[in-house]
Amino acid sequence: MRKAFPVLAALAGVMFVASPFVVARAPFEASMGIVSKIFYFHVPSWFAMFTAIAICGVCGLIHLFKTNPRVDRIAEAAAELAVLFGLMGLVTGPLWGRKAWGVWWQWDAKLTIALLLEMTFISVLLVRKYGGAGSDKLAAAVGIFGLAVVPFVYEAVNIWRTIHPLTSVIPTLPATMGGPFWFCVATYMLLLVVLLMLRVNLGKRQAALDELYLAYED
Amino acid sequence: MSLRRLLIALTTFVLLSAPAFALQPPPGQSEFVPVDSVPLSDQLPAAPLLVTAYAFVWIAAMVYVWSIWRRLNKVEDEMRALAQKMPHR
Repeated sequence: MRKAFPVLAALAGVMFVASPFVVARAPFEASMGIVSKIFYFHVPSWFAMFTAIAICGVCGLIHLFKTNPRVDRIAEAAAELAVLFGLMGLVTGPLWGRKAWGVWWQWDAKLTIALLLEMTFISVLLVRKYGGAGSDKLAAAVGIFGLAVVPFVYEAVNIWRTIHPLTSVIPTLPATMGGPFWFCVATYMLLLVVLLMLRVNLGKRQAALDELYLAYED
Repeated sequence: MSLRRLLIALTTFVLLSAPAFALQPPPGQSEFVPVDSVPLSDQLPAAPLLVTAYAFVWIAAMVYVWSIWRRLNKVEDEMRALAQKMPHR
């Protein structure tokens, strides 16, 4: 995995730099025009966030029942990345909405649950930082609840009446739009993997430092 | 004499009233004309929103990578400092 990191990082970097050019070549959506291009990195941000939450939730579940610091480090890294990608989605969405809907924000089901999901993972990080002893287990439990919310965020547009576009948009994308879209999804997923590896390595070094402090005190 | 005064007064009135009439606001709209789309001049430009969105994504990713690098450097520095203290004990 360590050997694969430079290759993955280089590939993620190249794809991330190439993505605006790929998006620029994609056609405009008929009713929204230029602003529709935000879709190509707004939706992949949420896909990356949901994947990070899935990693965090599954690792949290494992850590909750079989205490494992290695798995806990992955959960911690994934929670941080869930906040990062969620922030990308929450900022790019209103920029699109301002033009498409005429408002920056609408307190409808989809947007409100998405905001609550972001706040859930900010709380995971806060619990870890300021929760004291046993906060890793508490954060794992909150992370699992966060994972349980994801299907509601995704399906909100199909369950409740909202102004947000439906999930049926993605499977029905024409090839000219689907190609750039899936390229951006692959880019964000690769970026997630690379950042996760970086963050897990940081956690490993922090754990090594803690052990060194213990050895020094002994 | 009085005729001359009258002429001066009339000329002054005409000369002063011309700019006053020129500064009058245009006549009020007499009718409203409906259109289906917002006039082009009133439309919110989309390009700055798109550029802002993409710039934010880039900046967020870069700041996060920088924060990991900074935290890693801090940990490595602490480890080096601690390792230097260890053999002296």
